[in-house]
Order: sequence, then structure tokens, then C-alpha cells
Amino acid sequence: MRSLLTGNEAVAEGALAAGCNFYAGYPITPSSEIMHIMAERLPRRGGVFYQAEDEIAAINAIIGASWAGAKAMTATSGPGFSLMQEGIGYAVMTETPLVIVDVMRAGPATGQATKPAQGDVMQARWGRHGDQVVPVLAPSTPQECFDMTVRAFAIAEELRTPVIVLSDEFIGHGREVVEIPGRVEVPSRRRPRGRGEPPFDSPDPRVAPPMPPLGEGYYVLVTGSTHDAYGYRDTRGFETHYRLVRRLWDKIWLNMDKLFDYEERNAEEADVGFVAFGSTARSVVKAVEILEARGVRAGYVRLKTLWPLDLRPIRRLAEAARAIIVPELGMGQLILDVERAVRGETRVVGYNKVGGGEPIYPSELARFALEVLGRA
Amino acid sequence: MPSAEHFALKYLRREALPTAFCPGCFNGIVINALAKAFEEEGVEDLRNYVFVSGIGCAAWIPSPFMKVDSLHTLHGRAIPVAVGVKLANPGLDVVVVSGDGDLGSIGLGHLVHAARRNMDLAVIMVNNLVYGMTRGQQSPTTPPGLWTTTTPYGSYEYPMDVCRLLAETSANYVARWTPAHFNRLKESIKHMLFRRRRGFRFLEVVAPCTTYVSRRRGLRPGEALKELLRKSVRLEKPGKPGSGGPGERIVVGVFKDEDKPGYLDLYYSYVERARRGGTHG
Ligand SMILES: Cc1ncc(C[n+]2csc(CCOP(=O)(O)OP(=O)(O)O)c2C)c(N)n1
Ligand SMILES: [Mg+2]
Repeated sequence: MRSLLTGNEAVAEGALAAGCNFYAGYPITPSSEIMHIMAERLPRRGGVFYQAEDEIAAINAIIGASWAGAKAMTATSGPGFSLMQEGIGYAVMTETPLVIVDVMRAGPATGQATKPAQGDVMQARWGRHGDQVVPVLAPSTPQECFDMTVRAFAIAEELRTPVIVLSDEFIGHGREVVEIPGRVEVPSRRRPRGRGEPPFDSPDPRVAPPMPPLGEGYYVLVTGSTHDAYGYRDTRGFETHYRLVRRLWDKIWLNMDKLFDYEERNAEEADVGFVAFGSTARSVVKAVEILEARGVRAGYVRLKTLWPLDLRPIRRLAEAARAIIVPELGMGQLILDVERAVRGETRVVGYNKVGGGEPIYPSELARFALEVLGRA
Repeated sequence: MPSAEHFALKYLRREALPTAFCPGCFNGIVINALAKAFEEEGVEDLRNYVFVSGIGCAAWIPSPFMKVDSLHTLHGRAIPVAVGVKLANPGLDVVVVSGDGDLGSIGLGHLVHAARRNMDLAVIMVNNLVYGMTRGQQSPTTPPGLWTTTTPYGSYEYPMDVCRLLAETSANYVARWTPAHFNRLKESIKHMLFRRRRGFRFLEVVAPCTTYVSRRRGLRPGEALKELLRKSVRLEKPGKPGSGGPGERIVVGVFKDEDKPGYLDLYYSYVERARRGGTHG
């Protein structure tokens, strides 16, 4: 079925298609349409919609719902995303499948509530205290909002992890044709085979342990404190802590092949290369067309997964290119990882602006690229 | 021949015993009251219960000592997690056990809203008058004048009476007892879990921290219990309105006992309405 949808509408459709049956949230622009759609649709299809008293309650309610067997999600924006961080860390530690959608707006603080930005990149990566990594998917179109929300549920269920979908106001409120498949298949979390199978350890770190249901005599011990394979707290020993945190880390990083997704163009022969994600990547695609029309060899790597981030495609782009440009709606966050990938072998320059709903126009990016090449 | 083993063991995780509580801690009496309540109601095992707690000594009562599905959550967040569990699987009996700091300070917003919604949860707040786990700091229920590690010259703030606060909301049941009123305490638990099965049910247990309150004041646990009994004033007694709060007088009793529809009753009728009207879904 083809529909004309905004990114936010496509997120809600994707969630419903994936079998999301529990939504808790707190109103915040520019994500609220997701909440409105869930409020209308979930109660009628046997699901639960819950308007929480704040974002802290929302993230914790979906954690409880997920343990009670629900496919649970929330959506928010900057200020609410900040409030949810501790809960996201708890979900990492307790291996709770969740989907969190952050529709980025201009910050810090209340900033510009209705205006887009890409300033939550590092918060999505490092917003929690302690060692952890959460898969972060970055849609560029309403279609990808649909597809990536479905994928987020699949990853959450398979790896028993929170998954973040990092959208922004441009995509969230932009309207495009979205192809909605008739049937969407999302696997459900694995249950233990018997009472003995540990719910918090796994012989293969790439495979999540099984998740016991509540109310069936598993007597599951869920805790955000350091715990052993059966959930018993051990807040003193080195072995238990290192083993747990190492496994949770490896669970995401060793699944790079499964989780990392990107798109590239002319990556191995570009004189100038762009690295971008989300709404700015749309301008990059157009800027590359403009440059090609002028006979400039330009290329890009568009990241569809921000974390876990595979640096190799960026490195390949840098091998041929004389300069790498990283456009961001903000002062520059992704550029730090691009620099890490390039290791000083090529010039890396940011193109940064944010505020007032000003996009980064393809024409200005193309102009900037020519300037950079002239100087390179 | 020794007789059958202790009745409470069927509700406890043997491998987690003995508990980590200080000698003389009243949390043991709370566990005992819970176990007695289940025993007297003929509950064989706790598989249909989910206990949710926050962070603090009181939060350790279910986790890991009780043989039950338990979620030991973030500091202050037991209520929203419990709400998520209950709404996602209403067939489960969800009980929150946590401290005065956890529920009354960092988590107060959640507590009040759950009470306002008459959310289908039973909540037991063990009020030890301080933050026990973090070594005896002032809590919102610390009585005036009490020494704590953050009020070394005596607490000077107005304390909060959580029962009176919640009695003003749509909560169905609100009561306060102390470990010195063991039977009342146990009966309240039975009432919350087995008689009133819907809406928000709240029980405060005033149980001064053995280590940071009682010992500091030169009281042994037994003496502290006697003092609790002496200081307690029954809410129902005419002419004794009670100052509330756990200060010189501890007002104990049942502040409220109703059986209004709970949150889920209201949600189900809302869902009915949603299904009858509207065009998509
Ligand atoms: C966000 C956060 N802030 C602070 C703490 C530290 N902390 C742990 S327990 C606690 C107080 C617990 O007090 P209470 O709920 O009264 O429980 P008690 O130990 O007295 O039973 C605090 C402040 C924490 N774990 N998390
Ligand atoms: Mg306390």
C-alpha cells in the first residue's frame, strides 16, 4: 500500500506494523504526532496507550511493559530524551527490548521546539553513564522512518536491547510517499528452554540470553545493579562486573555486520567525499549531483546506522578523496568519529549551521565543496 | 523429629539468606508480615505476583530475598515500572515495596500520579525516617530535630506526611502502621492484597532505621519498638486529629478505604467507547 505520510506518521505505522502493543510517552514537539496516532490506534487494537506524568515515567513504564511481554516504545525530543537517559541505561543493564524514537530539535535546553537539528548524536551514543552502547538508526526519509522503526523492534527483540531511532523535525514533519508492505515479520524475544537456562548470560556474546516471562514461576530477578547469570546482585566483585559489561558491549559491537547499514556513491573515486546522515544526507545526495554535473568527482557515505559505527566505509572514502566534508545541523558531533576514521590522512572539514528551520541547501554544500577543493 | 520447616521459607529464596539487613532492622518484620499475610490467605507460592522496588534498603525486601518475580529498578522509578507491568499484563498482582526517600522524595511525582489515577497497584513504603542505604541522610519524612548525617545539628525542615497527601487523591486505600502493630500491619497487607483488589492501595510502615536513628539515639531495637507503640496515636480516636508525620506523635490507622473503580476499570470502559466509535484501527 502506498500512502503519503510524514516521518512521524511513518514511525507510528512502522511501530504498529511491527506489533508494538504498548506506548507510553509525554507530549513534546516535534514528536507528538507519533503519540497522537498511538493514542488513537492502540486502544482499539487491544494495545495500551499511556500518557505518563513525565518522560522519566514514560521510559520506565515501557521497561515494565516490556518485561511483562509487550513490544513497547516511546517517542520524544531533546529535553525528554535527556530525561530518559538513566532509564535507557537501565534497559541496557537489564537487557530489556525497547524502541525509543528521538525526533531531534534545536537545543540545548528548550531551544527551538519546532525547529530541526542534529545535536543529539553524541547523546544517543554516550548519554548514559557507564560503559554501554545502544544501536542507533538514522532515517533520512519517511520511508526509512517506517522501515527503520520496524527494524528497531526486530533488533530490540533479537538482541534484548533498547534501540534508538534518531529522526529530526525535517523528516518528522516532511511528507513523502511511503510504501507499506502488506505483512511485516518481527521476531519475538526467545524464552528460556527450561528453568535452568540463565536469563542474564550467554555462551556466545553475540546471542542475547533468553528472556523469561513474568508470572510463570521463573522467579526472575531483574536488577540494574551488577548481577550474575541468574540476576543475583554482586556489587563488589571484579569478575561479575567485567563479565557482564563486556558481554553487553560485545553483544552490540560483535553484531556489527547485522546492525551496521549505510549507502555510498562514488566512494572509491571521489575527489571530495561527504559523510552525513538523516536530513542533511538528503542535501548531500543533491549536492553530489550538482558537483557531478560540473564535472567534479564527488561521492558520499550516508550512514543509516550511527552505532555501532563501522569506520571502514569512511576510511575507503578518505583513501581517494582530497577532502571529506561532514555537514551537520549543529556545531559538529559526527565529525569526531569521521576524524577518528580518517586518522589525519585526508582533510576533514565540517559544514555547520543550525536554527530557525534553516536547512543545509544542496547548492551551498556544492559551493563549499568547490571552495574546499580549491584550497585542498 | 523437627517439625516442618519454617512457614515463611516457601516465599523466600533460601540461597539469598540470611538477609543483608543490619541486625535488628525492622525490614525483617515487614518481610514477616508479608509472609504471614500470604500464609494466612493460603497462598502456596508467589508466582502470580510481581514485586517492584526502587533503590534503598527497603527496596531489598523483595529483591533478592523473596521468591517472586521482582524488578529492582532505578532510584525512585519503581512506580512507573510497576505501572508498565500492570498495564501490559493486568492478570499479574503487582506490589511495590520501597523506602521513604525512594517513593517520597525522588519518586514522589510518580507516587502522587499513580494515586491520582487510582492505579491498580499495592504500594508499601517502609519509612525508616532517613536514607538508610546511603548512610543516614535526611529524608522528606525526617522528624524535626533528628540528627542525620546531613543535619548534624538536628533536622529543621517541615517533614511530609505521605499518607495525608495520598488520602487527598483518588487512591482507594491509605493506611499507616508500625512494626510494633504487627497484627494491624499484617491485616492491612491482607486487606490491600486480598480484599481490595483494585485501585491504588498504599501502606506506610514507620520503622525507624536501627543503625542511623535508633542506635544513634541510644535505643536498642526492642526499646525502639516500645517507643513506637508509646508514640502512636490511633487516627480513629476522637479529639486526636494527629499532627501527622512520624515526629513526636505517629498517627496510625486507616486513612481511607474505598472500592472505587481502578485505573484499569476506567481504561477498559474507555476502550469500549473507542471500539464503538471511530473509523480506523
Ligand atoms: C539517581 C540516584 N540518586 C541517588 C542514588 C543514591 N541512593 C541510593 S539509595 C538512596 C536513598 C534511599 O533511601 P530510602 O528510599 O529511604 O531507602 P532506605 O535505604 O532508607 O530503606 C539514595 C539517595 C541513586 N542510587 N540514584
Ligand atoms: Mg529510608
